[in-house]
Amino acid sequence: MILVFCETKDGKIRKPSLEALCEARRLADGAGKGLGALFVGADTTGAGEAAQYGADVIVKIEAPSLAAYSSDGYATAIADAVKAKGATALLAAATSCGRDVAPRVAARLGAGYASDVTGLSMVEGRLQAVRPVYAGKAFATTGFETPVQVATTRPNIFALAPCPKAGAVETLPAPAGGFLAVVKEILTKGAGHVDIAEADVIVAGGRGMKDGANFGILEELAGALGGVVGASRAAVDAGWGLPHSMQIGQTGKVVSPTLYIACGISGAIQHVAGMSGSKVIVAINKDPEAPIFKLATYGIVGDLFEVVPELTKAAKALGK
Amino acid sequence: MKILVALKQVPDTETKIRVAADGKSLDAGDVKWITSPYDEYALEEALRLKESAAAEVTAVSVGGDKAKDILRNALALGADQAVLVKSAETGDPLAVARTLAAFAQDKGFDLILLGNKGFGGDNACVGPMLAELLGLAQANVVTKLELSEGRFKAEREGDADSEVLEGSLPAVVTAQRGLNEPRYANLKGIMAAKKKTIEEVEGAAVTPAVTTVTLALPPSRPEGRKLEGDAAAQAAALLGLLRDEAKVL
Ligand SMILES: Cc1cc2nc3c(=O)[nH]c(=O)nc-3n(C[C@H](O)[C@H](O)[C@H](O)COP(=O)(O)OP(=O)(O)OC[C@H]3O[C@@H](n4cnc5c(N)ncnc54)[C@H](O)[C@@H]3O)c2cc1C
Repeated sequence: MILVFCETKDGKIRKPSLEALCEARRLADGAGKGLGALFVGADTTGAGEAAQYGADVIVKIEAPSLAAYSSDGYATAIADAVKAKGATALLAAATSCGRDVAPRVAARLGAGYASDVTGLSMVEGRLQAVRPVYAGKAFATTGFETPVQVATTRPNIFALAPCPKAGAVETLPAPAGGFLAVVKEILTKGAGHVDIAEADVIVAGGRGMKDGANFGILEELAGALGGVVGASRAAVDAGWGLPHSMQIGQTGKVVSPTLYIACGISGAIQHVAGMSGSKVIVAINKDPEAPIFKLATYGIVGDLFEVVPELTKAAKALGK
Repeated sequence: MKILVALKQVPDTETKIRVAADGKSLDAGDVKWITSPYDEYALEEALRLKESAAAEVTAVSVGGDKAKDILRNALALGADQAVLVKSAETGDPLAVARTLAAFAQDKGFDLILLGNKGFGGDNACVGPMLAELLGLAQANVVTKLELSEGRFKAEREGDADSEVLEGSLPAVVTAQRGLNEPRYANLKGIMAAKKKTIEEVEGAAVTPAVTTVTLALPPSRPEGRKLEGDAAAQAAALLGLLRDEAKVL
């Protein structure tokens, strides 16, 4: 069996988890294996949705002690589920939670681990993973030497494909409490703040924006396109009050949107590391020699303060 | 208090990546090697604790002889001792975590600091694996750390927000940008580091759990198109192309 650790938010399965589930279904079908969706927490409302995305079995580990996330508590629950179900592969989305817990589970199980993968296949009954290395300057194919294999999948790479299955619900015992480290508080960075790693459209601004207040014009364009705003490190470091969680690049977030619009960003190698996986790249820069143009699907040589408002206008007109 | 900081030697960010003749490893020919940037935050945090709480700082690296360069640098910055755990590069993070765990076991470290990921391999997993192997609490991708008697409080980066977590010491903490501002080595430190010895120990033999089957360069992106005209014309042309050619709107 392939098991997928699924995260829920507001009573729904998070999209990166659904993507992992769909990819796991594809792998399971190819290898003639079953697929289990695993839910851990104090409240697993929303778990039923996993049946729509291919879960043969929905495994729940529910207890009040799991209300707040803890690396060791969740790792115990997940590793126990892998053993109880005799799963040979475990997938999780490469979210902050997945990246925190999956390696701990792998170490517990003595399993090989591949993180943030962008491609998966099953070779002779074992996973094989493709993952970007050297900040996307190369791709490594990872083979596993262990009977159990663990991998996290990069958000926005694997397609969603509904595929209804039985989704029989099963409950497993929860680990006893007394965990080593527990999340006590979530600090929200303002309402409506979304994770850029999950966004389908990103409008990013760099040093060319001149000031944090000017990011308003990017917000408007992002709004018209149904996207979110990101930034280069130069913009984040400039003291314009932009949070580090907006930063895209080698020391920021890695994003894989369908559409990436870089405004006043030169395209330094460390920035490219975070966005080279975008499907379509648009660059708006007044310097025709800016390296970002080497990457751009469509390049606009011009002043972003003239071009961006025109784009917003045109996008709004298109929306109607 | 005893602190262990694990450092990794990685190719400089600007390095042009070439695949070696074996088709699965990095051609190390012209590579310039540096301390993985996230590890610099881990080391800086350890040095600040040394200054404020009289901690003793041990820097460790798993690797070959050339990793002595980054250990020497750690000594120059203020680490009390440096240890090279000799081990062949397997590209398997679990093997590295096991090697580190074997080294750290029973040495009484109160805190183990690492970068949240090593540049290059980008696995972001040695910290949590090490925590698990040693049965310790973990705090990953940390931007703020406070220690008290037997406990820690950390702020870590979530997907869209940040989280405050509390746990028991000893613990494994992985550093994120924002935790601090790493210092530079000064001449006095560099001279002092030259006189210190880097201890060398043989790493335990570990069989890799994963192997690299192939390493390949990404397919090059097709030549892009530059749009002509004034801002309004460029905007109209772009929206048309995004809708009709790229089909992303
Ligand atoms: C270890 C390390 C890690 C790093 N990690 C990251 C990272 O994660 N993310 C990241 O982004 N960077 C990172 N960097 C920094 C990176 O090297 C660059 O400095 C940074 O990406 C530059 O940001 P920028 O393109 O916004 O600014 P600049 O390079 O200054 O470019 C600004 C661009 O704006 C254009 N411009 C100016 N005004 C206008 C206008 N009115 N209209 C149109 N165009 C205009 C200019 O022509 C120029 O091309 C890292 C560096 C190091 C050493």
